Amino acid sequence: MVEHRIPENLNEALKLLYHGDYQVMAGGTDLMVQRRSLSDTPLDFPKNMVYCAHLQELRGIRKEAHRVEIGAMTPLEDLLCHPDVPSLVRRAIGEMASPAIRHVATLGGNIANASPAGDTLPVLYLLDAWAELRSLAGSRMILIRDLITGPRALKIHPEEMLTKIGIPEMHFSHETFVKVGGRQADAISKVSLAAAADIVEGKVSDLRIAFGAVAPTVVRDETLEGAWEGATLSELKVGVWRLLDMYVPLIRPIDDQRSGKHYRHQVALNLLRDFIESLSEPTSEPGR
Amino acid sequence: MANVNFVLNHTPVAVEGGLNRRLLDVLRTDFGLKGPKEGCGEGECGACAVLIDHRIVNSCLMPLANCEGKDIVTIEGFSETERFTVLQKAYSECGAVQCGFCTPGMILASESLLHANPHPTEEEVRIGLSGNLCRCTGYNMIVKAVLLAAKEGEGLW
Repeated sequence: MVEHRIPENLNEALKLLYHGDYQVMAGGTDLMVQRRSLSDTPLDFPKNMVYCAHLQELRGIRKEAHRVEIGAMTPLEDLLCHPDVPSLVRRAIGEMASPAIRHVATLGGNIANASPAGDTLPVLYLLDAWAELRSLAGSRMILIRDLITGPRALKIHPEEMLTKIGIPEMHFSHETFVKVGGRQADAISKVSLAAAADIVEGKVSDLRIAFGAVAPTVVRDETLEGAWEGATLSELKVGVWRLLDMYVPLIRPIDDQRSGKHYRHQVALNLLRDFIESLSEPTSEPGR
Repeated sequence: MANVNFVLNHTPVAVEGGLNRRLLDVLRTDFGLKGPKEGCGEGECGACAVLIDHRIVNSCLMPLANCEGKDIVTIEGFSETERFTVLQKAYSECGAVQCGFCTPGMILASESLLHANPHPTEEEVRIGLSGNLCRCTGYNMIVKAVLLAAKEGEGLW
């Protein structure tokens, strides 16, 4: 018999995780779909469930020096409207789901669900975001790109809970998040791209590229990005085909019910080409 | 077995056990509230929408456990308000109701939007309704109705 528990506070939740085999439920917008069966039938979860969406300790957005910290159970809609949340994160959330889902779906849930098509993931990889994992024994930080090891697979111990997300403050002269889906709302991405560049005095001072839904995990390669550091904007633009070629072996999408691998592969490259071609010398330097 | 306590259409209620049941099933089976409907059952159509703490939510994706302490309003409860009357009139004037299956969800999406943003642009209305599917109207009449309600109901939201 599977247990279902609503803890009063974080400590009680961590005790349950420590002493028993529990799965954490956040907003439920993924788990409730994954385990749905017939109407009017309780959902059949394979593990004990601990429901944590209501825990106030895990909700909220705090601006700290050079970063913003977000409670894992903070609903996406709250991030969408918050000025301290990086614009790229808000942009990705604006493309996600619908208001009804964003009101309950959480940032922690989108990470822990670890879908290759999770729309906050390319942006969180790009921004070097980290997660705080907490257990009764203490807490540790891990980069989100190190936390996620595959579809629905995380490097997290059974007694740990994802409690907080930290996003370093960064400035870019250009940034984008593009999602290709079957419908503007409520679509799961066929392919997505988060990209950002900081062009300073005609030169690439920072270039970051992350693809979603084209491999088992988000594709980001800092070595490839770093190779363009110091290049002039025109060198980057002339070299766009060379840049795209570098990404060809990394983009390894699959055929599934939403799209085909050939389509995904080509569109992913097209999105990156569009971004590079859209780069221009910034006229002013906002946010500096 | 633990109770889940929440306020349903302005009345405090307690539901025994079944934390892994869907709110949609609790509303329809235990409370006989047939306004929220099961369309897709996976959060894509909005026919099961309810308001939780004034914000639209898909009740088919809501485990009962997550309802503890919440203020939940279905179309039945909302229909007693003056804001509903304004929305009803606007929907009627704009021809925004055809078969009616999506209407409870559309009305609650309209209320959720106007509660957060009493003077939405057309684009904002379209985003506000984006989680609700309608297979009859083609949406334009519904968008018009929400804009009309915002005007006619000035001061209510």
